[in-house]
Amino acid sequence: MEIFRRATIAHLLEREKNVFKKYDPLKGEMLRIMDKDGKITNKEMMPELDDQQVIDAYKLIHYSRMVDLKAVSYQRQGRMYTYPPNLGQEASAVGVSTVMRDIDWIVPAYRELGAYLTKGATPKDIYLYWGGHEDGSRFPGAPNLLPIAVPIATQLLHAVGIAHGLKYQEKEGVVFGFIGDGGTSEGDFHEAMNFAAVWKVPVVFLCQNNQYAISLPTKKQTAVDWIAKKAVAYGMPGIRVDGNDFFSCYAAAKQAHEHAQSGNGPVFIEALTYRRGAHTTADDPTRYRTKEEEKAWEDKDPALRLKKYLIEKKLWSEEQETELLEKYNKEVEAQFLEFENYPKYKLEDVFQYMYTKMPSHLAKQKQQYEDFLAWKESQ
Amino acid sequence: MAVMNMVQSINSALDIKLGEDNKVLSFGEDAGVEGGVFRVTEGLYQKYGEKRVFDTPLAESGIIGTAVGMCVSGLRPVAEIQFSGFVYPAFDQIISHVSRMHNRSRGKYRMSMVIRMPYGGGIKAIEHHSESMEALFAHIPGLKVVIPSTPYDAKGLLISAIEDDDPVVFMEPKRMYRAIKQEVPEDKYTIPIGKAKVVSQGTDITVVSFGAQMNESIKAVEIAKKAGMSVELIDLRTISPLDRETVAASIRKTGRLLSVTEGPGTFGVGAEMIALANEEAFLYLEAPPTRLAGFDTIVPLPKGEHLYYHTPERIFYEIKKLVEY
Repeated sequence: MEIFRRATIAHLLEREKNVFKKYDPLKGEMLRIMDKDGKITNKEMMPELDDQQVIDAYKLIHYSRMVDLKAVSYQRQGRMYTYPPNLGQEASAVGVSTVMRDIDWIVPAYRELGAYLTKGATPKDIYLYWGGHEDGSRFPGAPNLLPIAVPIATQLLHAVGIAHGLKYQEKEGVVFGFIGDGGTSEGDFHEAMNFAAVWKVPVVFLCQNNQYAISLPTKKQTAVDWIAKKAVAYGMPGIRVDGNDFFSCYAAAKQAHEHAQSGNGPVFIEALTYRRGAHTTADDPTRYRTKEEEKAWEDKDPALRLKKYLIEKKLWSEEQETELLEKYNKEVEAQFLEFENYPKYKLEDVFQYMYTKMPSHLAKQKQQYEDFLAWKESQ
Repeated sequence: MAVMNMVQSINSALDIKLGEDNKVLSFGEDAGVEGGVFRVTEGLYQKYGEKRVFDTPLAESGIIGTAVGMCVSGLRPVAEIQFSGFVYPAFDQIISHVSRMHNRSRGKYRMSMVIRMPYGGGIKAIEHHSESMEALFAHIPGLKVVIPSTPYDAKGLLISAIEDDDPVVFMEPKRMYRAIKQEVPEDKYTIPIGKAKVVSQGTDITVVSFGAQMNESIKAVEIAKKAGMSVELIDLRTISPLDRETVAASIRKTGRLLSVTEGPGTFGVGAEMIALANEEAFLYLEAPPTRLAGFDTIVPLPKGEHLYYHTPERIFYEIKKLVEY
């Protein structure tokens, strides 16, 4: 009897803590644990994390931000090509980073830097990719990380396929598939959500709703006010979280991960955030956003509020921060120099990966170009 | 040896690969319980269970997009598209990912999948069920495109396609599904991808074809033979990568080329044959390399489709013109 009662209480407690049951997007309930001043306003849902984990997450936001800000600056200096900044929306990727294990997969869109870096991608990889070299998609240190996907929403189907493969092969692992608010209008978003739910595969869909798809505001993207509501129609749990609150992002990712890994099928998380930078370095947000709006979201910045929390708890100081940023600055700069000194692009690289074995017509085309080069050399 | 039509020989290839490699999965719309609308996968669901052979939701991009993920996880998916006319929603996945992931990831992820689809006309079907759009796929770097013309070839080529580490678009001439039967071994055998087959030797002209048009071309060769002409007939079998050597050697021997294809001629496989003749056999040519292709029109509905497809007489007419040029 005693065991039974304890089990029931545990079950009830679990139910109490289940964010998907507690925060119903259809009722307009968003999960927020920490407010913009770093105060824990929702103690009940505060996830169990030790202090070091929170500090590590905070460091990761800054590490990712260092890589990101430098990318923008290098692009401005003409040392890199077009780049999509992550500034202001790092919390959800870092939340996932804190949850995921080695056996889990990351299927990126292109603005989840913290997740790739945790998975084993190096800043050099990131610079190689956005610096115009395919070797930046190889991620030698990250076996379970797909390359960045440029065509919008197409990658979610890959996430579903990987999860299906894991389930079929009875392997453990959860696949995190990322998408933005604009991507939810694509047909592949629908197909991926539907396939995942019908096949009941271990996928966590994470939608970073940063409120703009390049210039288009979310309200012109979809007539539903909360993207998380869409999950209901596919027969999967959906939740909207404050995407600038690391604790909310972590809590939702953690429970989604457990849900998916336990064989209950996919979960959809909408992380409401704001892209503080441009869509890419080629974009000019002043054409579609106001300064006031940008300022309001600057005040809700995910790094800023986690810093306030840590300082309040005496887990962090300005001195530590200065020291950390100096360290990251050096580390990341060294990685960028590695990218700049990367071996020159070879003709071989154009051809050799098209097929697992080079067919004769490609070998011939390569040879013809080499003949031309030899002729040019002889002139 | 067993006698099989193409439906049976393709089924046999799938059966063999499902039986010997548990990384092989077969799926598509109605391709599980029902065995496919043409019954190509008949009995496989019952034999291997729904983990290996299954029905998917009705969404082509979803079928191919999830196959990409399955390849990433180490599987060898064989995805069926019910009719080639419905593959277009999956084009984004095919062009943007299937053909590119291996190159993009610098060899880390192999797209070891087969995309099977019935194509071509001549079965008096409604709109979207008759096109021969192989050139669309052959134009995409990173894909292989295979089209069998006989039950024997279909089985050997499909087994090769499933074992291939690159993505293979496997187009099945639906008019040939049950049109001919031939002896096909029940055991496993393979036919190499990228190798054309010289079906009959000849000295006056080279006729290059594939898929359902092979059947008509064989009949045309018979007519030509009776008229005293010696035709070398080549079945491409693989559209991409093309077996340039076999075709070029034949043109250098005969000095004449006629390609017989079903799809719209402009920018099609026939155009590629003419380019090949120019590049590889220019000084041997005794007549302009010529293509007999489909009109650059929409394939007519059943009442008009007889006007669209090549008959043996039409093919012979073109052969005769070139031989007498």
